[in-house]
Amino acid sequence: MAKKNVAVEATAESSENAIALHETAGLSQGQIIRKRFFRHKPAVASLIALIFITLFVFSASGIHLGTDQHPITIPGWWKYTLTDIPDTNFCGIAVGCPNWQHPFGQDPIGRDYFALVMRGAEQSIMVMLVVGLIGGVFGTVIGAVAGYFRGWVDAVLMRFTDFIITIPSIIIGAVIGFKFGNLGVVALAVYLGLFSWTGLARLVRGEFLSLREREFVDAARIAGAGNIRIIFKHILPNAMGVIIVAVTLMLAGAILLETALSYIGFGVQAPDVSLGSLISEYQDSFTVSPWLFYWPGVLIISIALCVNFIGDGLRDAFDPRQRRRITRRDLIKATFKKPAEEA
Amino acid sequence: MTISHEVILKVENYNVEFWVDGEWYPAAIDMNYEVKAGQVLAIVGESGSGKSSSSMGLMSLLASNARTSGSVQVKGTEMLGANNSLLRKFRGKEVAYIFQEPMTALNPVYTIGFQIVETIRTHSNVGPAEARQRAIELLTLVEIPNPEKSVDKFPHQLSGGQRQRAMIAQALACDPALLIADEPTTALDVTVQAEIIELMRNLKDKLNSAVLLITHDMGVVADLADEILVMKDGKTVEKGTADQIFNRPQHPYTQQLLAAVPKLGFAAPRTLEVADNPAPVLKLSDVTIEYPKRGRIPAFTAVKDFNLEIYPGEIVGLVGESGSGKTTVGRAAIGLLPIKTGSVQVVGQEIAGASHKDLRGIRRSTGIVFQDPASSLNPRLPIGESIGEPLFLANLAKGDELHRRVEDLLASVELPRSYRNRYPHELSGGQRQRVGIARALALAPDLLIADEPTSALDVSVQARFLDLLLDLQDKLKFACLFISHDLAVVDILSHRIAVMQHGVLVEQGMRDQILKNPQHEYTQRLISAVPVPDPALQKAKREAARS
Repeated sequence: MAKKNVAVEATAESSENAIALHETAGLSQGQIIRKRFFRHKPAVASLIALIFITLFVFSASGIHLGTDQHPITIPGWWKYTLTDIPDTNFCGIAVGCPNWQHPFGQDPIGRDYFALVMRGAEQSIMVMLVVGLIGGVFGTVIGAVAGYFRGWVDAVLMRFTDFIITIPSIIIGAVIGFKFGNLGVVALAVYLGLFSWTGLARLVRGEFLSLREREFVDAARIAGAGNIRIIFKHILPNAMGVIIVAVTLMLAGAILLETALSYIGFGVQAPDVSLGSLISEYQDSFTVSPWLFYWPGVLIISIALCVNFIGDGLRDAFDPRQRRRITRRDLIKATFKKPAEEA
Repeated sequence: MTISHEVILKVENYNVEFWVDGEWYPAAIDMNYEVKAGQVLAIVGESGSGKSSSSMGLMSLLASNARTSGSVQVKGTEMLGANNSLLRKFRGKEVAYIFQEPMTALNPVYTIGFQIVETIRTHSNVGPAEARQRAIELLTLVEIPNPEKSVDKFPHQLSGGQRQRAMIAQALACDPALLIADEPTTALDVTVQAEIIELMRNLKDKLNSAVLLITHDMGVVADLADEILVMKDGKTVEKGTADQIFNRPQHPYTQQLLAAVPKLGFAAPRTLEVADNPAPVLKLSDVTIEYPKRGRIPAFTAVKDFNLEIYPGEIVGLVGESGSGKTTVGRAAIGLLPIKTGSVQVVGQEIAGASHKDLRGIRRSTGIVFQDPASSLNPRLPIGESIGEPLFLANLAKGDELHRRVEDLLASVELPRSYRNRYPHELSGGQRQRVGIARALALAPDLLIADEPTSALDVSVQARFLDLLLDLQDKLKFACLFISHDLAVVDILSHRIAVMQHGVLVEQGMRDQILKNPQHEYTQRLISAVPVPDPALQKAKREAARS
């Protein structure tokens, strides 16, 4: 009897939203998002490119952490380092043209430019990751607490956020760079992270304000869940889409901010280099030895573009309202699905 | 006056398909029907049966991932594959739509008069003053109070019923030959629904238009339809006159559908064994609940001086129309809303002013099933975790023991044990609602609050859900506050019924006493407004009401 009931129910309920469910049948939320993300070709290409750039850059130049006094260094596979000054080759009016020995050429003092660019890119990626981590955590926690508790907590936190927003980040960066630039790039990134969470906090707050009114939150409260559990276990996973997207876009912003700071001389301090400081230093050499200008520029553009494309792909993947655009070719290619025969 | 019975709409070999992920899925298969002037054809079926998609496709109103084939003729003109200018000429003029939700179908930034005038002036060459005059005439026709003033009102200034009337007035603006009404009364309260149905019947007789009525409500069908077409999974299951379908259904699906429709006043008698001097599980005395003022919006009293007691093992149905405060009572009873005055006692413990710690204890003996199964389950958690959460948080079970308990709960609501790892979006509405029950019953509560648990479900799913709830209640003997706007559903379940209007309890008593011999004027109106799913009975009732 019970078995028969289940069978009857299967036929009665299978028709509900049948068409809408075909696309998501048997998949978890994560799988659906992955499927949608992999459909976004530029994002997938960017993801592969970014992973390749990161691995290439870090393995070439090795990993350098710590301060000048206490360096922590893992050497990379490239034969030259920042401080090596090999013999300079001459080519016409310029010095240090690219050749097999120095694929990216040499700078006017004779330092290997490949080593400099790799080191600069490493710094930029490091800044990106640290800013993303710190800004992401601060933004999420402040936004979540403000949106969930509302009332005076919300008012205080959001006015604090407004206050931070009123300070131009480039000026903050300049002050920080000037004061702490010698502590190394990680310290700079930490300070930048402390000032870049504001946009994320506002987004997360908005998301929490709407999610906290959903019935599953009431259901969790009746089940006996406390505030912390509701915030982190029930609401946060549902706000993950917004957070991931905002953080990716924040990463691209962080790279450009660090570049801008180094360009005006307040970022990474010599003898260390970053992509921004390289461009700033050699901006006059464009006519004579353009390779000094091209390579850091190409890397900045490719990293920022990759991160932006990935963010774009993630936003599409997380937004359930986002419908795939159907082309005429899709419609022609489609096969006809026969309806299930009646039992 | 001779009434013509020309064929207005003729549909032949009509198919609708949707493109999903590289495949065409059929939504309507090989449909054939015609509608004559002055006739109502009702298309009935459960959600997903293709009834709405097929009617939107008639005038090429579907999304770009849909395709239609076959033939659709309106007054002899082929509509499928017609160019846009021809379609525009027919839309609004010859074929008009009435949608389910008037609040979203009317544009909120324009007055209803403007929207009616727009339709008139698009299709006929009349001046603004004349068109306005016509709009007022139409509003008079649909019986909107004070049409000269209402014509300048915005949609949000009208009540739900009045908005639907304005929507109908707009549809009738150009005397359409065919009126397509897609669930015209689903979003309305029963008393308002009765008025709109009455209006539609009068208009059909007056204007002699053909009506295509799409609905899932058999009561509405019985009241209006001349012919009925039953759809299931895109296929036409059965077609016939209202009398044939209701009294001599041939196809098993039609029979099953009709059997699932709850009929008011035909439910099996309910008896209740009462212990001597039982203590009430839920006791609300003189409860007043207020939504505090926010900014310039003044405070709103949602419930006033409310008294209700529920005893062990008893199901009390709380009925009322939207905005009557019944959901507010349910939420206050479980401590989700603070009360202003009065006292709420659950199993002898006071909720009003209880600390968080006390509330936790009280919540162990209560459970709630929410209205919307799509929103009440966390979309990011597998349902097993949702069900197990109360047990886990009450420290009653962990690890394997927790898994076993969750699987037992799933089995008790007749879901396969393997569903533990599924996500809510993988389940149908009825299955999700059962997960909701399983979660509410996880702690074996003394009191279950069910807040319109069936209003989002199809009739056959609703019937099975109600059976399940009755079975479980028989076994577990919990007390239940069942909140609903549907008297027929309350009739099946409850021992006692309480009726609310505008935040006040107007009447309460044993089920038969309320349904058969209602004392309060509002209760009487509510009961007489419920459409009976039987054409003959409904006709008799209608005539009795008129005389």
